[in-house]
Amino acid sequence: MKTKWVDQARQEPVQASEVPDAWFVWKKQDKAALEAVSRPSLSYWKDAWRRLVQNKLAMTGFVFLVLLTIFAIFAPILSPYEVNKQDLPNQYQPPSQEHWFGTDNGGRDVFTRTWYGARISLFVGLMAALIDFTIGIIYGGLSGYKGGRTDHIMMRIIEVLYGLPYLLVVILLLVVLGPSLGTIILALTVTGWVGMARIVRGQVLQIKNYEFVLASKSFGTKTSRIIRKNLLPNTMGPIIVQMTLTVPSAIFAEAFLSFLGLGIQAPFASWGVMANDSLGSILSGHWWTLFFPAFFISFTMFAFNVLGDGLQDALDPKLRK
Amino acid sequence: MLRYVGKRLLMMLLTLWVIVSLTFVLMVTIPGSPFNSERGTNEAVQSNLEAHYNLDEPYIVQYVLYLKSIATFDFGPSIKQPSQTVNDMLGRGFPISFELGIITIIVAVISGVTLGVFAALKHNQIIDYLAMGFAVLGISIPNFVLATLLIQQLAVNLEWFPVARWLSPTHMILPITALATGPMAIIARLTRSTMLEVLTQDYIKMARAKGLAPWKIICKHALKNALMPVVTIMGTLLAGILTGTFVIEKIFAVPGMGKYFVESINQRDYPVIMGTTVFYSAFLIIMLFLVDIAYGILDPRIKLHKKGGK
Repeated sequence: MKTKWVDQARQEPVQASEVPDAWFVWKKQDKAALEAVSRPSLSYWKDAWRRLVQNKLAMTGFVFLVLLTIFAIFAPILSPYEVNKQDLPNQYQPPSQEHWFGTDNGGRDVFTRTWYGARISLFVGLMAALIDFTIGIIYGGLSGYKGGRTDHIMMRIIEVLYGLPYLLVVILLLVVLGPSLGTIILALTVTGWVGMARIVRGQVLQIKNYEFVLASKSFGTKTSRIIRKNLLPNTMGPIIVQMTLTVPSAIFAEAFLSFLGLGIQAPFASWGVMANDSLGSILSGHWWTLFFPAFFISFTMFAFNVLGDGLQDALDPKLRK
Repeated sequence: MLRYVGKRLLMMLLTLWVIVSLTFVLMVTIPGSPFNSERGTNEAVQSNLEAHYNLDEPYIVQYVLYLKSIATFDFGPSIKQPSQTVNDMLGRGFPISFELGIITIIVAVISGVTLGVFAALKHNQIIDYLAMGFAVLGISIPNFVLATLLIQQLAVNLEWFPVARWLSPTHMILPITALATGPMAIIARLTRSTMLEVLTQDYIKMARAKGLAPWKIICKHALKNALMPVVTIMGTLLAGILTGTFVIEKIFAVPGMGKYFVESINQRDYPVIMGTTVFYSAFLIIMLFLVDIAYGILDPRIKLHKKGGK
């Protein structure tokens, strides 16, 4: 493409051959500016964190979850009320100075119960995510790294398990095992790890052919060490995202199970149990008994979801600036 | 294509076998016989009952009999209501649940895709933010919370809709809204992100350069490809809607299968729980299979992908 030269003074085009030398000026170079590093070099995690902080929605979720955890740990200790102590004369008190979130059908303080519920719901969610993570990493890592026949057989097993309807299997197991905190976590993870294993395997398959893995292998490094030191750190991004999405789905599943009468059993309170117990009372106008647990279930799921979305963007090396 | 279908079919049968066997194993491990009630039955009566249901046979014989009965769509009796079988309950309840489920899917797909397309077309504009904010809310609010909110506000306070039951189209609006919001939100987000990707492709630019009407580009060229991921997650959504019917039917007192299922869980009516689970699992597994096949037909690229054993 031909560039048109314009004489600024006369505002008319000039032929390229007629451009006078006077138009060309040496650009001044600032040696110091050239030498200066424009930006400190960032590690992958620092860069990801920097981008996450810029994402306002994800940070809202993150801050909410941190506060939620702090309250879940300390609020029940500081509260003057006992979680399960019934106080029938004070049944269905609306929110007030003494009872910030009101009281429920047994006169129990909803504020205290909500934070106890937070403990159980968060515990179920985090444990489910942690167990999925452990099994998924071992299974997916092995399957992806070994490849060939091993991978083929391991993947067929996963495909069969993946086809099983998740919540139906959970219901089935809980009916037989009997609902308790341990069995709920067990039932949620029996088939729950499959998704994680698939993600880990896909990542490992991609990375294992890179040169640095080959170099490691040629030094005679053990398989377990290659998986631990070379492959896993590089697959962490999608794995963390998957974990942040496992937690809300486990919390939802627990609440859902409480609704079917298969959740944490009374007198323990989880958000799902509280919401289920207060279904009837909302029609009689005691909205606070349902509102607070429902609000915290929804907002926790919201927080985990936006945090997961934010992490997905932040941990994606393709989007790195 | 035939090879692909055959492979999927084999996988499906294997999955079906796993769920049926799992159910059987669980049924056997439940402590005590199903006829050990608190009231205590006469021993002779009990052994007669056990003989009647083949419970005195060795496990392996029971297993074969169980497989046989499942294969012939006989899901067994109910112990708490002896005059009824699981098949009776399915016959009465399933059509209603099916109706609820189908309408929910149609509503969710149509509204979700529309929302997603509009959000993508107005990328980073106010409509986009509103639609996606709505979608995140839809994903975050559990359907039973939404259902109670709808009842409280629209049915009790404003009296626009009936509170519960399943009699006329107006009775359907609230349960379907409560059930469809979650899947709709997921579909909307997915449609938006794939639509954004598709819209930058060369063939869309080409269509634009040729002067095709914008709606034609979107409906005929972009949407066709943007919908593929929606087809992929259809199976998962179906499972979610199906299990969602349990709580929604309970809340709205819809006399569907979910209501029987929840009742049977509360009464620990094991044969009904097992029978219903097997039936629903089989239904879902077959649906997943059909979705897979549909995907294979719709997307010509799939054959290349599947060869890698992905």
